[in-house]
Amino acid sequence: MSYIANTPGQQAAMLQKIGKASIADLFESVPEPVRLDRLLKLPPSLSEVELTALAKKLAGQNRHPGELACFMGAGAYDHFIPAVVDSLASRGEFVTAYTPYQAEASQGSLQVFFEFQTLICQLTGMEVANASLYEAGSGVAEAVMMAMAATNRTGPVLVAGTVHPQYLETLRTYTANLEPEIRELPCPAGYLDPAHLNAAVNDSTPCVVVQHPNFDGSLEEIEELARISRAKGALFVQVFDPVSLGLLKGPGELGADIAVAEGQGLGSPMSFGGPYLGLMACREALVRKLPGRLVGQTVDRTGKRCWVLALQTREQHIRREKATSNICTNQGLYAIRASIHLAALGPAGLRETAQHCLDKSHHLLRLLMEKKVGALAFERPFFKEFRFRLADEMPGAALCVDQLVGNGFLAGVPHPANPRDLLIAVTESRTLEEIEGLANALAALKGSAGRGA
Amino acid sequence: MENNQSTGLLFEIAKPGRRCHTLPPSGVPSATLDACFTRQAPPPLPEVAELDLVRHFTNLSARNMAIDCNFYPLGSCTMKYNPKRHERLVGLPGLATLHPLQPDQTTQGMLAILYETQAMLAEIAGLHACSLQPAAGAQGELSALLVAAAYFRHRGENRTRVLVPDSAHGTNPASAAIAGFDSVTIKSGEDGLVDLADLESKLDERTAVFMITNPNTLGLFDHQILEITLKVHDKGGLVYLDGANMNAILGITRPGDFGADMMHYNVHKTFTGPHGAGGPGSGPIAVRDMLEPFLPSPVVTRDPDGTFRLKHDRPLSIGRVRSFFGNVGVLVRGWLYLRTLGPDGVRQVSEQAVLNANYLLALLKDHIEVPKGKGCMHEFVASAKALRREKRVSAMDIAKRLLDKGYHSPTVYFPLVVAEALMIEPTETESQETLDQFAATLISVLGEDPAVLHESPHELSISRPDEVAATKQPVLRWKSA
Amino acid sequence: MNPKDLKYAKTHEWVRPEGENYLVGLTRFAVDQLTDITYIELPKVGSRVEPGEGMGEVESVKAVSDIYAPVGGEIVGVNDALASDASLVSRDPYGEGWLVRICPEKSGALDHLLSADEYAKQTEGN
Repeated sequence: MSYIANTPGQQAAMLQKIGKASIADLFESVPEPVRLDRLLKLPPSLSEVELTALAKKLAGQNRHPGELACFMGAGAYDHFIPAVVDSLASRGEFVTAYTPYQAEASQGSLQVFFEFQTLICQLTGMEVANASLYEAGSGVAEAVMMAMAATNRTGPVLVAGTVHPQYLETLRTYTANLEPEIRELPCPAGYLDPAHLNAAVNDSTPCVVVQHPNFDGSLEEIEELARISRAKGALFVQVFDPVSLGLLKGPGELGADIAVAEGQGLGSPMSFGGPYLGLMACREALVRKLPGRLVGQTVDRTGKRCWVLALQTREQHIRREKATSNICTNQGLYAIRASIHLAALGPAGLRETAQHCLDKSHHLLRLLMEKKVGALAFERPFFKEFRFRLADEMPGAALCVDQLVGNGFLAGVPHPANPRDLLIAVTESRTLEEIEGLANALAALKGSAGRGA
Repeated sequence: MENNQSTGLLFEIAKPGRRCHTLPPSGVPSATLDACFTRQAPPPLPEVAELDLVRHFTNLSARNMAIDCNFYPLGSCTMKYNPKRHERLVGLPGLATLHPLQPDQTTQGMLAILYETQAMLAEIAGLHACSLQPAAGAQGELSALLVAAAYFRHRGENRTRVLVPDSAHGTNPASAAIAGFDSVTIKSGEDGLVDLADLESKLDERTAVFMITNPNTLGLFDHQILEITLKVHDKGGLVYLDGANMNAILGITRPGDFGADMMHYNVHKTFTGPHGAGGPGSGPIAVRDMLEPFLPSPVVTRDPDGTFRLKHDRPLSIGRVRSFFGNVGVLVRGWLYLRTLGPDGVRQVSEQAVLNANYLLALLKDHIEVPKGKGCMHEFVASAKALRREKRVSAMDIAKRLLDKGYHSPTVYFPLVVAEALMIEPTETESQETLDQFAATLISVLGEDPAVLHESPHELSISRPDEVAATKQPVLRWKSA
Repeated sequence: MNPKDLKYAKTHEWVRPEGENYLVGLTRFAVDQLTDITYIELPKVGSRVEPGEGMGEVESVKAVSDIYAPVGGEIVGVNDALASDASLVSRDPYGEGWLVRICPEKSGALDHLLSADEYAKQTEGN
């Protein structure tokens, strides 16, 4: 089965028109010695019935948030996705279109991407947003490369130690062979101390990268950090959580020059890590260094409003080795999903969602404290996720998570920096029953320390 | 009939007070944050009712051409049919809702799929190991070049240059620059293939990688490939295959067998993504054994007892090129596709893709110049140079007129080595009837009054947009009046 | 069509001596090849350029080209009007569309440049 329409009779007629005796003759330019003289070693072909059975069997071997209450976060969250998102974004006219290079044949996608850019500007308070990047990790790397190009500074890039460790690792990979050093600023108290940044930043710093809420879920002294950075002419890169902006001040108001985010919480299923949605917005003055596709408004020959890909000279297909980014394919369909999601929520829905996250996460913390399961690793304000240090009589974080799968919970993410710490996220999807259930189930593990890890 | 209802901008159809999605009461006490952190009012997003939202996006979708509606012979993009069964199965809750950091023992089914995908992609490549992490082809290129840099560093060799043919995609030199290499352009010869003399003159001990797209962007398989890879290896360099055109050679020849040391796939092209109006893609890379230790982490491994694991502890790895595992939803579609095709089906894809392209070439070559058009692989590049000279009709005019006739246009003005290029890739899933009709239409367009072509398209929701204005005074978001 | 009193670089820049400085712009030929210029990036005043070195970029909708310094020296002036209206270069390449003013490092820096006739010969047939 390979979705071929041409019948054997048609294939013969086509070969005749071409003037070849066989299909093999079409491959004459492939030298004999490199031709594969056997079939590929692949599993046999399956019908749709068999394929469906196999996929269901393998899917059934996974324990998943459809059946477990998910308190895992660390950059991927179980936010509710309204049915309109799936329904509209699964239309073949969106799903099976290419990048909108031919504007006249792509006004649908182009208008949605223009709306997406506007929605991200409204959400963040920034002046310009692109039409998406892959996800947040490479988004942070792109932001740093953009800052380097915009400032021409070659001193160390300063990154708060509270930035998502996978984003930091991605940044290090991307910049491994480029000039600036990536310097991680230690955050022993669970947030970046403004005094520490003040001592580290100088006239050669291209940018400062801070995540707020940070990897631990805690809020940073973000306005102060932005002020300190900009006073030294370093661009301030804020990694934000789009859902938090129902309640928190946005990067625009806080003084960010470049804002980057994981947009998964805006209508992307968790899907074991991707596809997700990299969000990037900046100040207008930086637009020519902004990576990725941009859609602009213009008029057609009759004066009718329409949309096209704009400022394409920034991009690799024109600028080649001089482009600040190599990105080509983006996350178009997931930008469409996010647009529908944000429009479905609207300002009231986004605020409600954010308030639920805030209330429910704080309620869970309260219950865990009451049951003496542990305490916050750092006393910092947080939004929907918190770093919880387990009490001494509790098992380690990884063991807690493993144990509670049997009780119907994905209890959280073991913190990579400390085996006693559990990163717990509570979204609007979690019910009071699930929250109380997790608190009780964790409390029931008290005294089982020493078993295993 | 053009539907102009509900295609104003979201922000124009919104009305304060309308709601779509609402939540129940949280049932827990309210919490507050210090006022220094919180905003006065929520972001000024549009407020719409659910039906408005549905009509808006449905009507906008109708303003797109798409594979589901139109023949889409966009060269270099492999716009083949995207099977509906993939969309259903990838949405199974046991796949779509998995959190990326779940314990391995709770994701054994998913890891089995990904492990098998790694193995299948390595076999098709004729290479030893595979990383599924890169999010798209360009990120695959970058990852592989970073792998090459790490490999040479590990060997104590200082190699600074990446050689790229002039017909290559722009991502090649852009990726090379980010990976810290200087990129050097290699000329194409008269035959559209790599100019061996030029390659030889630029190959030396500074050469880290030669990047080749084979078949190249002219749709030609470079028959000198063994000579080329031998020359590069002689100088101690690595050969990278840009896998954009893998749809032409699946099961016919393998990059590893013709001397490539590393390559990327575009799962959204070759293994029927879909393209999603620009993404997401997925750009796995496959490499020869000596490069395996440097691949991004994690990779999926299998213990002797059959347990699958995400392996993170790989000291020589370049690290990650993104957060989490990869664009898993796209990879699972690729797995579903390969499991549907089987070994015979995979080979048939390329046989039929090449048959379709050659058939279309045969129908067209007496009507429009095809500069390197004696034969082709999965695509070919026509040139409107003569029309431009004689009738002032450009490749763009032809492209726009085809839109009027219900066909998406070929890729225009790429590759750069052909003037007034029209790059045509029919793919294997199109029928002879579709190709006949397209050829007849294109031939009739070539004979049309130039004035009609200059003013085209006439039948779409808009005529040609003013791109100069869009670039001179960019309007990149809606602002309230 | 190329003013006789100017000197030309093979890379399509013109140079006009102006007291101790040189005024630099793009030739009509270059401007016509580029079509619809949308944006020009120029070096900062005070920066130094080497002869033949890229010192800026000129963009049309779908192309970018480098602008090379025809002579070495310090940039002592840039045409700020281009920031708001890059099309000045297309309209008046030898006048209001000038690009930068360079204070040369050494005298006789123009010797390697082409005369109007030599430049015309180079661009013939294109």
